[in-house]
This record gives sequence, C-alpha cells and structure tokens, in this order.
Amino acid sequence: MKPEIAPTAHDPDEGGHFGPYGGRFVPEALVAALDELAAEYDKARNDPDFLAELARLQRDYTGRPSPLTEAPRFGEHAGGARILLKREDLNHTGSHKINNVLGQALLTKRMGKRRVIAETGAGQHGVATATACALMGLECVVYMGEVDTQRQALNVARMRLLGAEVVPVRAGSRTLKDAINEALRDWVTNVDHTHYLLGTVAGPHPFPVMVRDFHRVIGDEARAQVLERVGRLPDAVAACVGGGSNAIGIFHAFLDDTDVRLYGFEAGGEGLDSGRHGATLTTGVPGMLHGARSYLMQDEDGQTIETHSISAGLDYPGVGPEHSWLKDTGRAGYRPVADAEAMDALRLLTRTEGIIPAIESAHALAGALQLGRELGPDGIVLVNVSGRGDKDMETAATWFGLVDDGASGTGDGPANGPRNAEDAR
Amino acid sequence: MTPTTARPEGQVFSLDALFRTCRDEGRAALVGYLPAGFPTVGDSKRMLSAMLDGGCDLVEVGVPYSDPVMDGPTIQAAADEALHAGFRLRDVFSVVESVASAGGRAVVMTYWNPVHRYGVDAFARDLASAGGLGLITPDLIPDEADDWMAASAEHVLDRIFLIAPSSTEERIACTVAASSGFVYATSVMGVTGARDSVGAAAADLVRRARAHTELPIGVGLGVRSAGQAAEIAAFADAVIVGSAFVSRVRDSEQAVHTLATELAEGVRR
Repeated sequence: MKPEIAPTAHDPDEGGHFGPYGGRFVPEALVAALDELAAEYDKARNDPDFLAELARLQRDYTGRPSPLTEAPRFGEHAGGARILLKREDLNHTGSHKINNVLGQALLTKRMGKRRVIAETGAGQHGVATATACALMGLECVVYMGEVDTQRQALNVARMRLLGAEVVPVRAGSRTLKDAINEALRDWVTNVDHTHYLLGTVAGPHPFPVMVRDFHRVIGDEARAQVLERVGRLPDAVAACVGGGSNAIGIFHAFLDDTDVRLYGFEAGGEGLDSGRHGATLTTGVPGMLHGARSYLMQDEDGQTIETHSISAGLDYPGVGPEHSWLKDTGRAGYRPVADAEAMDALRLLTRTEGIIPAIESAHALAGALQLGRELGPDGIVLVNVSGRGDKDMETAATWFGLVDDGASGTGDGPANGPRNAEDAR
Repeated sequence: MTPTTARPEGQVFSLDALFRTCRDEGRAALVGYLPAGFPTVGDSKRMLSAMLDGGCDLVEVGVPYSDPVMDGPTIQAAADEALHAGFRLRDVFSVVESVASAGGRAVVMTYWNPVHRYGVDAFARDLASAGGLGLITPDLIPDEADDWMAASAEHVLDRIFLIAPSSTEERIACTVAASSGFVYATSVMGVTGARDSVGAAAADLVRRARAHTELPIGVGLGVRSAGQAAEIAAFADAVIVGSAFVSRVRDSEQAVHTLATELAEGVRR
C-alpha cells in the first residue's frame, strides 16, 4: 500500500492546534527550525518522489504491510468476541516506531542535516532511530534516562552496535521526560546541523501531525485488512497510549467511521489510588510540557509529577495533543490498565496464541479483553500490537518467577507479584 | 493574596525609568538572576538583596521548575534544590515583595506551565500586587501569548520576550512588537551557563533587533566576568547574568555582593 500522508480534515490549524491543544511552547531559538521542518514536511507530503522512496523502504526494509492475525483462543477469554491483531511487532526493529523514523530520516536528508538526535524510554524508538541512521549514514545521538539505560541495558548495547552514541541522562527523574529535556537542550545548541527525531505524537508543531501521518499506514492497512477478512468494520479499536503514536496511527483511518469506537489504554501502574501510575488522560489536567499544550500530570503549582509504569514506554507524564482533543470531543475514550492486568494479558496472549507482545502493547490487549466482554460474541475488536516483547523478558521473568533460583518457575502462579517486579526495575 | 500596594509610586520604578536613567548615565543596566527559593526562600531574599546592594539595577527572580529545557546544569541544579527544599509557586510573590519593599526592581522569569496552572490573570494580578514589574518568558512566544497580552495590559506589567540568533527578521519584528520594558536577546544558541566568550552573534543580533524597535535590548546567556560585561555593555542596553550568580550563592552572600560590584563596574567602563 502506498503511504498516504496528505492533509485531511483532521489536521491541526496552521499553528498546530487541535482545538485548544498543541501549538508551540518552545524557546524562540527553536522556532526557525520548526518552521523549516514544517515547510519541508508540507512539500514532502505531496512529493511523489518522497512518497515512492518511503513506500519502497516500508515494503523492502520494514516488511510492510504488517499482517492481521486473528486470535481465536485469546478471544475465548474476551467474551467470545473476535479479536484481530495488527502485527506492528513484526516490523523490522520490533515495533511501530520504525514507521515514523524512516519518514523523518528521509526528511533529515532532504533538509541537508547530517546529525540526528533522539530520546528514548524503553529503547524502541532509540533502536529504530539508530537503525535508520545506520541505513542512511547519519550521525546519531540518543538521550536516555539513566534509570532506563539500566532497565533496558540490552537496547543500549543494540544502539551502540548500530553506531549510535547513547547518552545517559542524570537530571530530574532520569527517565523519558528528562531524556526529552536533554534532547531539546542539545537541539537548541546544535539546531543548524541537527534534526531532532522526536519519537511520538507530542512536542511542538509540526511533530504531532507529522509523526501521526507517518504512522497512518497502520490504520490504513488494518482497516482494509479487517474489511477483507470479516466483511465489515470492527466495533472497537484498542491501542496503548504513552505519548500516543501507535494509537493515533491506528485511530486515524477510523476517525470518520463513527460506529467504530476508539479506545486508548494508559498506564494504570499500581492503581490510580496508589498515585503511582501514568494515566495522563484519566487523571491529568491541561498544561504545557515539551512544547505543546495537552493533558499533563502536574501538581497544583504546575510542576510535573513523576509517573510509574511497569512499561518504560508508557512511563510518561504527558500525551500527544490530538489525544487530548479526541478525549474532549468524545471521539475516543481512554482508560487506565494496571501493571498486573497488563502482565496477565501478556501471559494470556503468549499462552493462547504464541505471540509475546511488548508490555506496552499488553495494555491494549488487556483493554481488548474488557471491550470483548462488553461486546459479547458478535463483537469484533481490532488491537494494535505495537511491539514485540523480547525487550521485556527480564521484567517478565521477574514478574512471573521464571528464572531458576531454586524455586520452581512455571509462570502459572500469582508469582512474585508487583512488589518483586518493582524491585527488579 | 492580599494586595499590598508595595509600590505607590509605580511609574518612578518602571523599567522605562530605569533604562532612561542608564541612558542618561551613558551605561548599560546590570540585571542579575537568581531562582526564588534557592537555597531556601529566606536565603534567596538575602541573596537578591546582596545583588541589588552590590550594584544590580534589576533582578530577575526565577521560578524553579521541574523541566527547565532552556537551562544548563548550574541553574537546573539550583531549581532542583529549591524544589526539594519545599519551594511553592506562591513563594515567588513574597520574594518579589521583599525586593520591591526594599526599593529594588524585580521581574520574574518563568517557564509558562506554572503560570498557566496558577491562572494567567491571577498570576499577573498577584505579581503586580507584590510590586513586580513584568515577566520574562523563555518558552512562551508571542504567537501563543494572547492571554498573557491581555493580563499584562490589565495589570500593567511588562512583557519581556526572547529573541535568538536563529530568529528571522520577521520573527524579530513580531517579537519586539509584542514586547515592552526591554527585549531579551540570547547571546548564543544554547542553554544558560557561564561561558568563556559570548561570541559575535550577540552583537549581530542586537544590531538586527535595533532595526525593528526603540526598546532597550538586554543580552543574556554566558556572561560571568566584568570584562565580558563591559564587552556587551558596548552594544547592548542591559547585561544579564544568571549562572555566575547562582554559583556564587554556593560560596557566600559576600561573594554574591562582590560579583555584583565587579559586574556593575564592568557595565560602566
């Protein structure tokens, strides 16, 4: 399928606003670069050569289209509803992140910039960026919170093997939000020859619309695949939401299909009452973080609240501005999924279908179980499996007690539970 | 908070009046920055007082913020320390009031989210009540500032927006048109922090800005010595010093006073 990134009725206004959200809350020093990027992107959106090159990479390098897999044994646990999995986990580098990275890397070359910087939490976006930079001969620096470099050590090694410099960030909470801060500081300093390859649908305009467009291929493919497979549209679409890029990517194709309900599942962490979660849309209030106005986890003084999730990729106090707009307009619904619920869904999909999803994606799968039970046996739920779970084996091994330490480790028990898993992080 | 009318003769203390005085004296103004609440709220009041006594014409009272993307390590660490020491946003008004009631001039420098959260109009009202003269907004550009334009007009506060070496002519023109009091020119592309040299980009930026405005132009980022202050004073209307003061706070109140004295001599060379 040819990538479709042309403007739609769901684009933001010229200043990048989705309703009252989005915009640009950035230092003036970055505005010229954002204007340059927006102008270059506007040209690329309608440039047949750019689209052909992107289509070629998606097909020959990423391996698109990604399959649609029906999950009947998993569906038995979802009230008998039909569960259809969009397999972004089968993309090269193991997640949906590569879709956006290839698009922005091509733009970087068009702009004549030679250096790319990126932030990463779980390491998926960092690995995808390092991969594209290796492919295209670009210098690559990845900022990663020190806490995340420790819990995702193998991804750090992958990025370094790919030739990227990985910079551990020791400021603030030493996680994803601080990695973005540090990337922004680098960008302000080196903007003349550096592109900031932001990994989600957050940040200042044009990032939210541009990153969304590079992920639209997920929903465009899935919509056609579902129609072909079952002869009608799904009743509901489920995706996990951290910053929200995979969710926007699959939602977009269905925005005008008003009978299709859209659901984003956020990090419920240890439960909303515990205060240790990342449920930005459920519990946050609008504010500015990392260059855009959106829902935000903040205290009454406007200081950002530190988040918690068993999934590093959902451990983020902000969210993309278009999601805030979809929430306010009611077009999409957002619900929290707790760590334990996500891990149960991860194990269930693994045991029933032989597919190990990323812990991020397991939040969407847990959501699909809820939706399926609400819809019943006639229901059809499309789930975005945004990434594969290989990177999460250490967390899963600890959570389920799979590592031999003298005890039996079948993975069946309530296992070590949240407490020990938390220790491992 | 209760209105205090800390400034009955507001006009005399305005930024306009300050820059008129400096112009008459044939020198640049010295502006010193310190985060409120660093290392504690009480200490920050004493340190700001030392800066004014030593020769700062104006102080920028910073709002410690959890995600300061325009700041280098020195000011990040100070903000962290202030937040850990229990700084609350409302404390900034008591710090400003302590400056104003001693006859000093203060503006507040803040990232936008704390103001947005407090309520833009309420923040402006309480800042004006405390005797503050305006706001410097490092991550608010005029394009997004409609509610601040209204609130600043309502409460008679100055709007100090930033321009950068990367700013186009068009952006400089629209930014200075939205500004009042003075315009903040960042001397280099980068974040706050003392540097050995502030580069030719600053002089060029000031020259470009003057083509669009009569407003005074202050230059900040990287200044730490009397020599640098003198160099900048040769082409700018204000020399802004931040990280160097923050570092001196870690030494002593006397060290802060001494730095202000040295810099004040620099802007008069």
